Amino acid sequence: MEHQPARWSGHAGCRSVSTSTPTSVSYREALTQAMREELQRDANVFLMGEDIGLFEGSFKVTRGLLTEFGPTRIVDTPISEAGFVGLGIGAAMSGLRPVIELMTVNFSIVAMDQIVNNAAKVRYMFGGQVSVPMVIRMPGGAGHQLGAQHSHSLEAWFTHIPGLKVVCPSTPYDAKALLKTAIRDDDPVIFLESEGLYAKKGPVGGAEDLIPFGQGIIRREGTHCTIVAVSRMVWIALAAADILANEGISCEVIDPRTTRPLDLGMIATSVRRTNHCVVVDEGWPECGLAANVAAHVYEACFDWLDAPIGRVNAADVPMPYAHDLEQAALPRADDVAQAVRATLARRER
Amino acid sequence: MTESATAHDQSPVPASIDASTMRQMYAKMHLIRTFEERAAEQYMRGNIGGFLHLAIGEEAAVVGAVAALRPTDPITSTYREHGQALARGSDPNAVMAELFGRTTGLCNGRGGSMHLMDREHAFYGGYGIVGGSIPLAVGLGFAINYRHEDGVVMVMFGDGATNQGVLSESMNMAKLWHLPVIFFCLNNQYGMGTSITRAASDTELFTRAQAFDMPSRRIDGMDVMAVYSAVNDAAEYARTAHEPSMIEALAYRYRGHSMSDPDNTRPEEEKARWRARDPLITFERVVLGDAIATPEELEQLRAANVTRIDEAVSFAEGSPQVPISALADNVYTHPWNTNPRGGAVMPGADQ
Repeated sequence: MEHQPARWSGHAGCRSVSTSTPTSVSYREALTQAMREELQRDANVFLMGEDIGLFEGSFKVTRGLLTEFGPTRIVDTPISEAGFVGLGIGAAMSGLRPVIELMTVNFSIVAMDQIVNNAAKVRYMFGGQVSVPMVIRMPGGAGHQLGAQHSHSLEAWFTHIPGLKVVCPSTPYDAKALLKTAIRDDDPVIFLESEGLYAKKGPVGGAEDLIPFGQGIIRREGTHCTIVAVSRMVWIALAAADILANEGISCEVIDPRTTRPLDLGMIATSVRRTNHCVVVDEGWPECGLAANVAAHVYEACFDWLDAPIGRVNAADVPMPYAHDLEQAALPRADDVAQAVRATLARRER
Repeated sequence: MTESATAHDQSPVPASIDASTMRQMYAKMHLIRTFEERAAEQYMRGNIGGFLHLAIGEEAAVVGAVAALRPTDPITSTYREHGQALARGSDPNAVMAELFGRTTGLCNGRGGSMHLMDREHAFYGGYGIVGGSIPLAVGLGFAINYRHEDGVVMVMFGDGATNQGVLSESMNMAKLWHLPVIFFCLNNQYGMGTSITRAASDTELFTRAQAFDMPSRRIDGMDVMAVYSAVNDAAEYARTAHEPSMIEALAYRYRGHSMSDPDNTRPEEEKARWRARDPLITFERVVLGDAIATPEELEQLRAANVTRIDEAVSFAEGSPQVPISALADNVYTHPWNTNPRGGAVMPGADQ
């Protein structure tokens, strides 16, 4: 697959959006639209999860769908994450297209055996006799004082696993288009939503506007430093770019949109031009997403880099409850700006 | 395990089983025994790698259960599943070749002994994590209901899996949603080396289903007729009442957990007692006693099985190794990158 060096892939980027336009919908509603359209398009698609039907979802992403599609296709489950994720895998092996909602990414840990040992592996270990056309959606991230057990960013865990595809949308347009791609994909897709983005508004595409996996997007063009980020961290990166613009520093912000496959081509092309790179990652630093992207960039761009790659991660602690501590543990725009300054300063040493 | 627990305490009245089915069941049981013994020999010769879990002693439970279903009814199993594949009709050549890790194996050498699958025969696989396949089977049952089909799913698991939480989750969902699933517990009384009496607070494992208002019973898993009858009833119940049920088949494996287990912790007296009830020998008595077959016919049948497994070993030995160039095949349905050393990355950075 050839990646497009062009930036906007034919649709508006997240910065040029007016939230007051009538076509503007929330990230949450964008996801709902994607599921509604795919449920209408394909009778094999069904939704399953905790409180997604009558209660309309913990974050109301499935609002209205039970009324429209009925309990056969919008299935409320017991609190049995391993059980119903495994059920989805079995249903997918027989050709259905389950879209499983885990109430949050935190509960995926309970289902990890099913995801890693079954969803990701059955196709390979059975010699290609079956596919698992399943999506597991789940919101993650921190910032709402939910404490240590409800604040995970596990992009790195899932990205580690061959057999999975991992999607991390940052805008309503991408949320809708990528979820539709995920539902139509023949392999298991981990679809990581961000709790902090559900209310974010922007334009969305139509029923056949899809985004292929592995195709990143340049959210902001710049010349001095490339900042790589996904999901909510894209917005943090853009805020940092605004701060730095006032200092005469021009940042290019790249949103790979999927972390497996990763659009290294787009990232490397940018870094070879800017010669500097900072990666922003809401997860922990050790063996994390930023570490992985940095390793790829070192391999692809070593001779072009003028300074070590900067990483901005969550603090290496379980997420604290106290508001100020939590904020201090998360990557902030100031942290990203400082990382860019430090990276650029290394050149002058 | 008390003596009384080995009795047919909940066995159903046997359904009438026709002579042809009985002959076929005997043939399959003997085929599996022969296959397993030859697999052990090939393992000792170094032709089979990894773990090798043998089902010798469990042939009645495997064959009786599989024979009572329609060939299109999906089955899932554990990592001790050569017998299920053979009972289902998988080509012994392809099963042995899979154990040898060859291209001609059931899973093209990617699965091995623990991960056989034969979708053509609705055998949905052997799985290496205890209890891990149970919710998958419930998902296959969910799909049957979703499509308004009349199939029945049988998930076969061991006594060890009854102590995994995912079994409770799966039974609950199957009952809650009226799914056509037979939970078939092949209780060989040991989770690897740990006796069920040291692992289960209640060793009557069929009682687990009662918590979910699901009918269940314990049967003699050394008696192929009893197993056939029980699964036949459960399948009928699933097809007509659209409800799940559980069967606990009490049996015994003659070998250790796997080929690497010297089996020196189970009491010799216990092993001898169960071997005295060998399913092949007891069923042979029934087949001869009921004049289902003559001794000569059985002898011919056994000789044919030995020849068949000889052929399977030759086939596996003569089959090509999997080419290294195929290492990354089938990770994805539509791969974006065939380089297994950097599968996460899109091309475009190397120019």
